[in-house]
Amino acid sequence: MSTDSSTPSGDETTPDPAEMEALRERVDELEASLADLDDGDDTKQMTIVSTKGTLDMAYPPLILASTAAAFGWDVVVFHTFWGLDILHEEKSEDLKLSAVGNPSMPMPNAVAALPGMDAMATRMMRNKIDENGTATIKELIDLSLEQGVDLQACQMTIDLMDYDEDDFYDGVTTGVGAATALQHMADSDVQLLV
Amino acid sequence: MSSQYDIAETLDVKGQSCPMPVVKTKQAIDDLAAGEVLEVLATDSGSMSDIKGWAEGTPGVELLEQVEADDVYKHYVKQTA
Repeated sequence: MSTDSSTPSGDETTPDPAEMEALRERVDELEASLADLDDGDDTKQMTIVSTKGTLDMAYPPLILASTAAAFGWDVVVFHTFWGLDILHEEKSEDLKLSAVGNPSMPMPNAVAALPGMDAMATRMMRNKIDENGTATIKELIDLSLEQGVDLQACQMTIDLMDYDEDDFYDGVTTGVGAATALQHMADSDVQLLV
Repeated sequence: MSSQYDIAETLDVKGQSCPMPVVKTKQAIDDLAAGEVLEVLATDSGSMSDIKGWAEGTPGVELLEQVEADDVYKHYVKQTA
């Protein structure tokens, strides 16, 4: 920094008032921007993008969302493509398991592809869910909404799939798109694609 | 064990599995006043780790104790806020 011509030079213990003033201003500026960063709101945020509508893929987003809400987090689940079926009142009661392409199924793919196999696999899974005391999809949706989770249904895919906004559970947010999801994702501590 | 706490409310989530023990604990503790203790009875073995993790990550609650007896996991959670 330049020194003022009126300031006696050579005396290094006397600070230059202009320099001190500049430093003070800089400190104020930095303190202000620090205060902006730490606005006292340390609520965590999570955004999940849910794209699959099979029974097994419906659970993880809803379990994580309802649990995060119990932590007091601010949660958005953005449902798009087949993920919409989870929020669809009629279809969510009838989500299916695919027997094909699942190496954990106790049958070869050639058998799994036979008619009725998906229905059978789904029935077996539903029985297990019952026996285990695992919550139903409907219960998890109710619980999530009750706790303030924002369940969003992508407008573009609602139109694409010929669904109607009234097809979804009360409390589901419609009329939202990628930009809305991205906005919440950018502010989120946790972002997941399921 | 349980008798050492003055229990304001008991939540029975026996037979229910993840995420119900945590979510219902959260809902039940919200109804308690500061200083009151909630007793949670669960059969989900995952509830030992889950309720501990939830209590550590959630402001306003304190996990006092977790006890396993006769296949029932008992959790004692205090509302602190």
